[in-house]
Amino acid sequence: MTTAPAAVAATAVGAPAEAPKSIGDTILEVENITLSFGGVTALVEVSFEIREHEILAIIGPNGAGKSSMLNVINGFYHPQQGQITYKGKTRSRMRPHDAAAQGIARTFQNIALFRGMSTLDNIMTGRLLKMKRNLLWQALYVGPAKREELEHRAFAERIIDFLEIQAIRKTPVGRLPYGLQKRVELGRALAAEPDLLLLDEPMAGMNVEEKEDMCRFVLDVNDEFGTTIALIEHDMGVVMDISDRVIVLDYGRKIADGPPDVVRADQIVIDAYLGVPHEE
Amino acid sequence: MGFLNDMLVAPFLDIASEPIFFIEVVVGGLSAGVMYSLVALGFVLIFKASGVFNFAQGVLALFAALTLVGIMEWGVPIPIALMMTAGVMVALAFAIERLVLRPLVNQEHIILFMSTIGLAFFLEGLGDTLWGSNVKRLDIGIPDSPFEVGGVLMNEFELVAAATAASLVAVLAVFFHYTRIGRALRAVADDHQAALSVGIPLKTIWIIVWSVAGIVALVAGIMWGSKSGVQFSLSLIALKALPVLILGGFTSVPGAIVGGLIIGVGEKIAEIYWGPALGGAIEGWFAYMLALVFLVFRPQGLFGERIIERV
Amino acid sequence: MIYREAGQFKTSYGADQAIFPIAQDRVFIAAVLIVAFVVVPLVANDYWINAILIPFLVYALAAIGLNILTGYAGQLSLGTGGFMAVGAYASYKLTTGFPELNIIVVFVLSGGFAAAVGVFFGLPSLRIKGFYLAVATLASQFFLIWLFNRVAWFYNYNPSGTIDAPPREMFGVLITGALATPEVKYLTALSMLVLFAVLVKNLVRGRIGRAWMAIRDMDIAAEIIGIRPLQTKLLAFAVSSFVCGIAGAELFMLHFGSVETIAFDINLSFLVLFMIIIGGLGSVMGSILGAAFIVLMPILLTNLFVGVFGMQAVDAKHAEIMVFGGLIIFFLIVEPHGLARLWQIAKEKLRLWPFPH
Repeated sequence: MTTAPAAVAATAVGAPAEAPKSIGDTILEVENITLSFGGVTALVEVSFEIREHEILAIIGPNGAGKSSMLNVINGFYHPQQGQITYKGKTRSRMRPHDAAAQGIARTFQNIALFRGMSTLDNIMTGRLLKMKRNLLWQALYVGPAKREELEHRAFAERIIDFLEIQAIRKTPVGRLPYGLQKRVELGRALAAEPDLLLLDEPMAGMNVEEKEDMCRFVLDVNDEFGTTIALIEHDMGVVMDISDRVIVLDYGRKIADGPPDVVRADQIVIDAYLGVPHEE
Repeated sequence: MGFLNDMLVAPFLDIASEPIFFIEVVVGGLSAGVMYSLVALGFVLIFKASGVFNFAQGVLALFAALTLVGIMEWGVPIPIALMMTAGVMVALAFAIERLVLRPLVNQEHIILFMSTIGLAFFLEGLGDTLWGSNVKRLDIGIPDSPFEVGGVLMNEFELVAAATAASLVAVLAVFFHYTRIGRALRAVADDHQAALSVGIPLKTIWIIVWSVAGIVALVAGIMWGSKSGVQFSLSLIALKALPVLILGGFTSVPGAIVGGLIIGVGEKIAEIYWGPALGGAIEGWFAYMLALVFLVFRPQGLFGERIIERV
Repeated sequence: MIYREAGQFKTSYGADQAIFPIAQDRVFIAAVLIVAFVVVPLVANDYWINAILIPFLVYALAAIGLNILTGYAGQLSLGTGGFMAVGAYASYKLTTGFPELNIIVVFVLSGGFAAAVGVFFGLPSLRIKGFYLAVATLASQFFLIWLFNRVAWFYNYNPSGTIDAPPREMFGVLITGALATPEVKYLTALSMLVLFAVLVKNLVRGRIGRAWMAIRDMDIAAEIIGIRPLQTKLLAFAVSSFVCGIAGAELFMLHFGSVETIAFDINLSFLVLFMIIIGGLGSVMGSILGAAFIVLMPILLTNLFVGVFGMQAVDAKHAEIMVFGGLIIFFLIVEPHGLARLWQIAKEKLRLWPFPH
């Protein structure tokens, strides 16, 4: 295939490539999260943990509150109740800027790319937190500012190579087809070199080939950089294939938590998906 | 020290010492407020139904008034002149839909907004070219004699204006909530493409909305023009309508009324009682400052819907 | 044929990120600059310089300023006139209050004052967006003009209410006041425009520009990837007002020489807004093209209507306003990205010429 992942690994910041995956300690823990807005209760007393280096899948019927859960972790929604512990620090609510600065990056269900900018520029925005040169240097664009810009450009190019999107690097993203936009969004999230990567339905709307590519990227990222990944996904095949652990949400509550085969066989989960009526 | 006294103490003493005058100021403010509300109403209609912020609403009022005066100067009797002018506004709505809205369908709101700025300039130039730019008198027989109620001096004109506004609001409220067209209008405001895809005829809806807004503009133009003459400054009223909309919310008909009244009264009171301490003429910016402060604390206005952003 | 890029390979990211990556562009810009700096002062007559070129250069600077705020950062502003007034009145108070102060320092400080005012009126932008923000900027516009009218200190208690530019020298050459030559004033304005165009272009292609565009395109996503919205927006207000303030000081000192607040009223705000709409939002080149268009168009139209059609001046003015409005709508329909985009499209066609595709 491509030698890009290996080249990327050689210059990676973070964990070196490992043969058998070792899952570490808890990196994020949510306890008793309850979230409601506008009369809708999205999450009810949800608790779970994410362990370092693992791939965790969050699944559940539509409207179960999966995206809301990610939004809480990001700090975009503030829960009425409960707390979040990330990297040892406990808070009752995250602030988006803190989440980003602490190494949480994500993609969005409905694609939140900056439509007026090119692929390259979008990925470069992912590097923003790492760019430090102040206003004056930026205006002059010489010396330190220029070096910094080119350095980050080089990193962005490595991500572009990794995701095989070289041909569209200068295209305004608004013009790209859906599948490519999702890839660019992944690139933007990767550009931030996150410790925890949240993916909201990264394979939605893709055909089989595109899904295989995306799975490959997700696995590579987890493999090469040791990035912890939490993803929301509807395709059970994907979930079974790539995840280490699965959490199931239904009507805002967690109803299962465990390895993929165990969860798949769980009757409660089957009932939830088949729509067996249950009392509120 | 003297300045602080002028700002924080003296005005209230003035108010308390002459309550009759204060009530007259408030009444004056209310009547100005009604005028603002009429213009704001047109904004709300168009925004509610098409998501377009029509910067040209004030100019529409000016244009309508100019046309009316022009037709009346030909010797046409008032009722017929009114109908002809209404017809002109409807024709204008057709033209606007064909030439401005249709080519810009599905552009971002900011582009549509800027096109209405262009429209405002165009209509202003057109009105000036057709009817000349000197001040004109508009007299369609609205009673204008003062009378007293409990010692407070008022004017029949103000009553007529208030009654007109009230009936307009009632008619529009019924229209939006209880008719099929009203429902379609609300769908269009939400999402052009979705409305198109369920078969709502966008073109027709827009023509209807802009025609109605044009008629509302005609009413506003008549009221303003009768009071202060038909002139260019009428279009500046459009700018004043913006703070009204902020207070009332962009999508609320009752909000436009309440907002207009608050701004009208607030402006007058500020000018009379606080104006002298600040050097006068604060009416020029008071409304905007009030709106600004309001926005910081309640971005959706008094009646607007709370915007919940989803990602 | 002439405009082919074939054979021009970039071997470094630096070369790829240059402002004018294509060699033909560089040649073209060099030629334009030579004509502007050398040929024009020698050839053009005083009327052209004073009535057309200097206002064009000053408005182009103001347009660049507004484009930063509205085009790049997406914060709609109708307060440009007010911020320019701050720059003008600040420069007046500085030159009259501190006669020994170097004119360059005066310009920079005037810009600084305008930037401070801009940041103050930009504070609501965290809570307020879109049209609402436009109304907030209207508040700043009306309030500032009222302030400069009412508080006599600003115009040094001059009974006529106007402010006059005192004569000042830059590098030993008289650039303001009645005795300064048009050529000198022209070159001053031109140098300032070129300088700021480069500085702003640098800002805009780096991280700050990307942060602004991210806020403009989707501020929620921007916040989630770590951009701080308030700081970014306030920075946009600050830089934009700084540039507009300097443009205002230039308008006062280099163009009008003697000015009242009416020169900075809401009509100026609209004028500059039109410049960036027609020229192209989010484009430095577009700001310049738009300014050229707006300065030249009335002259062309007046010549057309009065000279060719024989209209009265008053009617011509009305007709001009109509054409203006119509052009705005036309541009928005045909090319919402303005002249800058048309320019790009023309270049793309040139790449293929004489082949059709």
